[in-house]
Amino acid sequence: MADTFERIKKIVVDRLDVEESKVTMEASFKDDLEADSLDVVELVMELEDEFDMEISDDDAENIATVGDAVNYINSNQ
Amino acid sequence: MNFSLEGRTYVIMGVANKRSIAWGIARSLHEAGARLIFTYASERFEKPVKDLVATLDGQESLFYECDVTSDEAVQATFNQIKQDVGTIHGLAHCIAFAQREDLQGEFKDTSRDGFLLAHNISAFSLVSVARAAQPLMTEGGGIVTLTYLGGERVVQNYNVMGVAKASLDASMKYLANDLGKHAIRVNAISAGPIRTLSAKGIGDFNTVLKQIEEKAPLRRTVTQEEVGDTAYYLLSDLSRGVTGEVIHVDSGYNILGLS
Repeated sequence: MADTFERIKKIVVDRLDVEESKVTMEASFKDDLEADSLDVVELVMELEDEFDMEISDDDAENIATVGDAVNYINSNQ
Repeated sequence: MNFSLEGRTYVIMGVANKRSIAWGIARSLHEAGARLIFTYASERFEKPVKDLVATLDGQESLFYECDVTSDEAVQATFNQIKQDVGTIHGLAHCIAFAQREDLQGEFKDTSRDGFLLAHNISAFSLVSVARAAQPLMTEGGGIVTLTYLGGERVVQNYNVMGVAKASLDASMKYLANDLGKHAIRVNAISAGPIRTLSAKGIGDFNTVLKQIEEKAPLRRTVTQEEVGDTAYYLLSDLSRGVTGEVIHVDSGYNILGLS
């Protein structure tokens, strides 16, 4: 669990150019981390690569916060 | 024959991120020794493009914002490029856009605005750019654009973008005829599906990749590098007798009927 969070955090910090401290489980990609729609698609693709999995379009739309991503990946790995 | 592009300058339009096909082209031309100029659609892409280009050893690139929906903006960009570098030897046009809702469901539901937008950015932009670039290509050269099978045949979900690619292909041929007398060649690369930011906007894209892996003669998808090397061929003297052509870099998928 912690491991997934840390791996996602690294990707988010890298991609969105945000402070590590802002990347919490509750942080919303769009509202708190200022990701635009292209950033979100890029993040989904980075997550697919990092965790070697496919995230369907429908599932991707339900990922709003960092916590959503962590939970999705932990339950679909 | 000299395969090096040293001493030559090429404009790359449409790098969005490291997965962009335009980036594959940039890397191939860079390896061949070319000097590169990058244009991006808006400020949003400025930093990502500059960060990527910073990874190319010894590349002293120039960067320009270029909104291809405005002829004035395109003209202004190329005027500036002319002032800054003078002659260019080629250009890679890697630009397309459609509304996401038009890339799923049925083509017949495409809105008038969605149809015009897709054609404006994905097809007319080549005309506008070629017109503005021609006076800078005083030594002749090549223009390459990116098309897709969905412009020749029906590809599920590709919809209005397929129709825009058909327009792009035809525009490419008419431009090839117009610019030939200036020793400028115009060609297109029809790349097989690659996991880019744009491709992710097309409904059910992962299924498309699986189908290529199962059915294409080479039984695999193609890479950015493979498309980049074909662009290198089309932008170098290697292809000096080739214009108005569509080259498929798609593991052979386009030759299939039923399989």
